[in-house]
Amino acid sequence: MNFDFSEDQKFLKNEARRFLEANCPTSRVRKVLDDASATWDPELWKAVAGQGWLGAAIPEEHGGLGLGRLELCVIAEELGRAVAPIPFASTVYILAEAVMMAGSEAQKAAVLPGIAAGDVIGALATSEGPGALAASAIRTTVEGGRLSGTKIPVTDGGIATHALVLAKEGGQLGLFLVDLSVAGVTRETLSTLDPSRDAAKLVFDKVPAERLGGAGEGLSLVEQVLDRAAVLLAFEQTGGADRALEMAKEYALERFAFGRTIASYQAIKHKLADMYVKNELARSNAYYGAWALNTNAPELPVAASAARIAASEAYWFGSKENIQTHGGIGFTWAVDCHLHYRRSRQLSLVAGAPRVWKDRLVSHLERRNAAA
Amino acid sequence: MDFNDTPEEAAYRQKVRTWLEANAPRTRDANDDGEGGGDLAAAKAWQAKKAAAGFACITWPKEWGGQGGTPIDSVIFGEEEARYPIPSNPFQIGLGMCVPTVMNFADQATKDRFGPPAIRGEEIWCQLFSEPSSGSDVAAARTRAEKAPDGSGDWIINGQKVWTTGAQFSDFGIVIVRTDPNLPKHKGLTMFWVDMKDPGVEVRPIHQMSGGSGFNEVFFTDVRVKDSQRLGGVGDGWKVSLVTLMNERLAVGGATGAGWSQFLEAARDTTGSDGAPLLQESAVREKLADWYVQAEGLRHARNRTMTALSKGQTPGPESSIGKIVSATLMQDLANEAVEMLDQYGIINDPDLAPLSGGFHGSLMMAPGLRIAGGTDEILRNIIAERVLGLPGDIRLDKDVAFKDVPTGR
Repeated sequence: MNFDFSEDQKFLKNEARRFLEANCPTSRVRKVLDDASATWDPELWKAVAGQGWLGAAIPEEHGGLGLGRLELCVIAEELGRAVAPIPFASTVYILAEAVMMAGSEAQKAAVLPGIAAGDVIGALATSEGPGALAASAIRTTVEGGRLSGTKIPVTDGGIATHALVLAKEGGQLGLFLVDLSVAGVTRETLSTLDPSRDAAKLVFDKVPAERLGGAGEGLSLVEQVLDRAAVLLAFEQTGGADRALEMAKEYALERFAFGRTIASYQAIKHKLADMYVKNELARSNAYYGAWALNTNAPELPVAASAARIAASEAYWFGSKENIQTHGGIGFTWAVDCHLHYRRSRQLSLVAGAPRVWKDRLVSHLERRNAAA
Repeated sequence: MDFNDTPEEAAYRQKVRTWLEANAPRTRDANDDGEGGGDLAAAKAWQAKKAAAGFACITWPKEWGGQGGTPIDSVIFGEEEARYPIPSNPFQIGLGMCVPTVMNFADQATKDRFGPPAIRGEEIWCQLFSEPSSGSDVAAARTRAEKAPDGSGDWIINGQKVWTTGAQFSDFGIVIVRTDPNLPKHKGLTMFWVDMKDPGVEVRPIHQMSGGSGFNEVFFTDVRVKDSQRLGGVGDGWKVSLVTLMNERLAVGGATGAGWSQFLEAARDTTGSDGAPLLQESAVREKLADWYVQAEGLRHARNRTMTALSKGQTPGPESSIGKIVSATLMQDLANEAVEMLDQYGIINDPDLAPLSGGFHGSLMMAPGLRIAGGTDEILRNIIAERVLGLPGDIRLDKDVAFKDVPTGR
C-alpha cells in the first residue's frame, strides 16, 4: 500500500501553489466579485492554459499532457485554496471527463484539443428548477437532432462554448453535446451566492445537438460524470477548507481580547480543532476517491460520494466558523472570509447537494451489503 | 498512490495466511468479555504461539526480541488475525506502551529479564498513571516515592492509582510517582517499574457504569522498590511518560463495536409507523451516510499514517483525530440504533435485543471511550496546541512548587 501522492505530484502541487499565489491572489478574485459585469477572469484562464493544467489528464494525441487524474487532484486542491474565479471544474472535471469517457472519436477530436488550449469552456446543463435532479422533471427535448428547452442554473453557462445538456429524445433521457455559439441559444446571467463564478439561464430553441453515448443513457452518464467530478471538487473544497482554517488561526493569534490572544481561549481552540478534524476526514476520504478515480476502481461511486460529503461538510463548517472566529470584521465585505463562505455554497451545490449524495451513498452501501 | 499490496506485502500476507490457517483457534471462549477478562490461559497460549512463529511484536527492533518488521507488516497480520475468533488481547497496553518504555530506559540486565517473557505472553504489564486527583492532568500525580530511611538507596511508594486496565491479572507495571513535591509539578516526577504481586500492592476492581470491571484502583502501601527499578533519571518521569504515550499513538488500532454496517442492517430490519423499513427514511439515511464517511475518513487517515511509517517518515498529525471521532461516532450510532426500536429499545437482554445487545453495549461503553486515554476536551487541546500551534491554556500551576499548587477537595 502506498496511500500518498508521489514526489512528482507533490512538486506539481507546490508549483501550482506558487503560480496561484502570484497569479490569483484574492485581490484578483475580488475584481470579479466587485465588478457586476464580470463573472470570471479570462486572463487567469489563459495563464492556467499556459501551465498545461487544462489538458493535464487529456491524452497527448488530443493535445493534452497525458498525465493521470492524481495530477488533477493536486491542482484542484490549490485552485480551491485560491478561490480561483475560472470555469475549471465545468471544463476539466465535467466536459473533458465526459467526452473522454463517452465521446466518439470525432467528438474527442472536436473538443479535447480546444480544452487543452483554453479555447473551449464547458458547462453541465441538467437543472430546470428547484429540487434534486429527477428524470420526470426534465422537459428539455431533442427532435430531429435539434434541442429545445430551458436550463437554470447552468454554472459557467454564460461563458461556456459547449454544454452537456440532459434532454429527452423519444421519451428517453440522453446527454447531448451542444455548441453554444450557434443561433437559437439565449443566455441570461444569473445573480448567485458566489459572484466570483459564472452562472446563467440557458434557453435553447431548436439548437443542433449531438448525443454523447447511447440513447437512454443520459442519467447514468450524468451520474458517472458527477462521480468523477465529485472527487476533484472534493479536493477543491478541501483546499478551501484548509485555507479557511489557516485564516481563522492567523486571526485568532493576532487578535487580543480581555488582555490575551483569543487563540488562548478553549472556545476558540476547540472550534479550530474541530475544523482540523473535519478537514482531515475530508482529505482522507478525498485520497481514497483519488485512488478510485485514477484506477477506475469499482469502488468509485462509493468513494466519490464519501469524498463529496466529507468535503462539503468540512468547507461549510470551516468557512462559517472562520467568520465566527473573526467576529465583526469577518462580516465585512472587505475581509476575505465571505469569499470562502460563498465558494463553499457554490461547490456544495454545483454537482448536486450533499443530501442527494448521502442518499446515493446509502443506496450503494445497501447494494454492497446485500451482495456481501 | 496504490491501494493494493506491494509484491513484498502480498508475499508477507500469504505467509501470514498460511500460518494462521494451520494455527489459529477456531472457537472463542464463551466467557471472553472483550476486555481481556476471558480465558487468560487461552490468550497466553495464543501469544506464545505467535511469538514462537515470529508474529509477536512485529515492529519491535530485533535487539528487543522483536521482528524488526514494518508497521505495514503489523497491520497485515492484524487484519488477517482478525478473521479468526482469537482471544481478546490482554497484552496490548504492556507490549504497546509499558515494555517499550522499559526497553528505552532500563539497563541491559532488566531488558533481558523482561523483554522475552513479555513477548511470549508469560508476563503481563499494566500502566499506572491516572490518579483520583489527576486524570487529564497526569502530571499532578500525588502518589509519592521517598528514599528509604535505611540508606539502602531503595524507594518507598505510597498512594493510589486508578483506571488501571488489566491490573487484576498483571505481573508488573510502570508507575509515575512524585519524588519531590518542592519542585514545580512536571519536574518532581519519576518513573519506576513495580512488581504487582508485592504484598503492598492492592488491586480493587472498579464497577463501571457499563456493568463490567475492566479497570481497577491500585493502592500502594509502603511498597519498597530498588533504585535499579527506576526508568530514566530522578525528576525525569514526565519526559519518560511522553515516550510511553508516544508509543500509544503508534499502537494503531481499528475501530471496535457495532458500526455503520450493523446499523444499516438494523435499519433494514426495523419498520416505521408506515410499515416500511426505517432504512428508507431520509433522516436515517443521512445519519448513516455521515457515520460511514467518518468511519471511512478514519480508516484512510490510518492508511496515510501507515504509508508515512512504511516510508520511514514521522506520521503527520492526522493520526491524532482518531478517538475524537470514533468515540462520539460510537455513542451517536448506538443511540440512534436503540431509538429506532422505539419502546422496545429499552430492552438490552441479549436474547431479545438486536445484535445480541451489541448496540446497547456500545451505548453504555461510549461514555468511557470519550474519557479514557485523553478526554475529548484534552484531545482538542492537543490538536490546537501541538498541531495548529495555538497557545497553551493559561495555568496557575506553572513555576509553583507542587505542594503549593491550588487544589480542590
